Amino acid sequence: MRVMVFVPGDKNSEAGKMPSEELVGKMMKFNEDLVKAGVMLAGDGLTPLSKAKRVKFSGSQRTVVDGPFAASKEIIAGYWIWQVKSMEEAVEWLKRAPFDGGVEVTLRPIFDPEDFGKELTPELRAKQQQLQAEAERLRKS
Amino acid sequence: MTATRKAVEAVWRIESARLIGGLVRIVRDVGLAEDLAQEALVTAMERWPTAGIPENPGAWLMASAKNRAIDQLRQRQMQDRKHDAIEAAGLPVTGTDLETAIDENVGDDLLRLMLIACHPVLSMEARVALTLRLLGGLTTDEIARAFLLPEPTIAQRIVRAKRTLTEARVPFEVPRGADLPARLSSVLEAVYLIFNEGYAATKGDDWTRPELCEEALRLGRILAQLVPEEAEVHGLVALMEIQASRLRARVGPSGELVLLLDQDRTRWDQLLIHRGLAALARAEALEQPLGPYTVQAAIAGCHARAHTAAETDWNRIVALYDALVELTQSPVVALNRAVAVSMAFGPAAGLELVDALVNEPALASYHLLPSVRGDFLAKLGRNDEARKELERAAGLAQNARERDLLLLRAKACETRPLS
Repeated sequence: MRVMVFVPGDKNSEAGKMPSEELVGKMMKFNEDLVKAGVMLAGDGLTPLSKAKRVKFSGSQRTVVDGPFAASKEIIAGYWIWQVKSMEEAVEWLKRAPFDGGVEVTLRPIFDPEDFGKELTPELRAKQQQLQAEAERLRKS
Repeated sequence: MTATRKAVEAVWRIESARLIGGLVRIVRDVGLAEDLAQEALVTAMERWPTAGIPENPGAWLMASAKNRAIDQLRQRQMQDRKHDAIEAAGLPVTGTDLETAIDENVGDDLLRLMLIACHPVLSMEARVALTLRLLGGLTTDEIARAFLLPEPTIAQRIVRAKRTLTEARVPFEVPRGADLPARLSSVLEAVYLIFNEGYAATKGDDWTRPELCEEALRLGRILAQLVPEEAEVHGLVALMEIQASRLRARVGPSGELVLLLDQDRTRWDQLLIHRGLAALARAEALEQPLGPYTVQAAIAGCHARAHTAAETDWNRIVALYDALVELTQSPVVALNRAVAVSMAFGPAAGLELVDALVNEPALASYHLLPSVRGDFLAKLGRNDEARKELERAAGLAQNARERDLLLLRAKACETRPLS
């Protein structure tokens, strides 16, 4: 399974301040461990919300708002995508990360396409099969 | 299962390979090292639910296993040699020093363990079982389920493999220089076999078993970090990443097999394609003579880069297959090349090549030979011959899903009007 780890930001990361050299070193070591264990699929840090944009959808209208945004409660400063066998394994990995100061880091399993497969109602499934058969027929003709 | 038990299993998954690897370095016996690691795990299972999981579970397990090793060796008054080896290894027993000592050697330990688990004295079956057990941290039961075999069969394979290693007095040093690639190729072979069993299951009702692919990919990714200077390791990782990117497009809604050119490419996993192409670039950047995995990855990369089946660069694929036939001399590869040639130059050109392979003894019971031949014949409008070939292929196929697809294709030959 894949999980996504959301690393929260704070005032400092929003101000574009780099963390201490010590913390950067620890984080690099942690990332290295993840790569060496074959767990890390992807991961990046995100720039402050001042560089972000938001698009609001209402009917056919699209409104673009430039960051930073007034009411941003949870700011995400980075993410990882990990390949693990279980949520427990992901948690064990996350426990080793060099966070501190009461920060709370959220882990969420990424949907497997199979998960949607199970959600498909028999009607939808039949519809899908019908579409496939149709496509197959067209392809062969 | 209690939460702690699950957490202990997760710790085991993360720590077991380095734990066993470290113990092998100390006791120089795979069987003993694994027993010690298992005993440490049992102790953890007993203690952690009440005492809590220690801050550094890996070091805890190592210290526990090492203490046990010393106790046991004293009790049994084993040969001085092994005892001395423990003393000589000079590992501090607890604390951060131990942690550092393990960490410093962990790369070498893991590589050594992989090379031993895949030692050429072992049969391929034994290598696969031992690798999943020692490096993947899988239980015997999990391996048995993955390969649809009874648990005692796997257990016996592992016991015999460990005995073979002891009897053959397999050296524990990591070979350097020219010896390393030879030993590595035996590891790559085992890892790719695990992958393939997940990608195109030879047995059973399911066409793919993604968890085996994930396991093989994990092993490959670990290996690429251990020996980054070996192009073929990156080549294998690239091949597996790109093939795995198609896993979910490979199976239709009711579990049926969907062939590469019929797949919905929007369902290909772009993250894995991206990783695969990056690994391929790393392999090629090392500028070593192209090996078979790198060439296969390059072929897979051609498919990955094509947004539609029609955009496939078949000429380049044929050229890569030429190189691959040269490298491997394998009739199976020659058969694949025939498919590529048929795509580039038409089914008649492909059929000519396949006809030359019909008497190849290595392909006598290989279902893909009549399958491919049947496909070419069908495209040439020779429906009767095509149907017979596809039926023959279905009779040879071991996987139920694949058999279904072949029978369906055979049936299609009946109904299609002669052109």
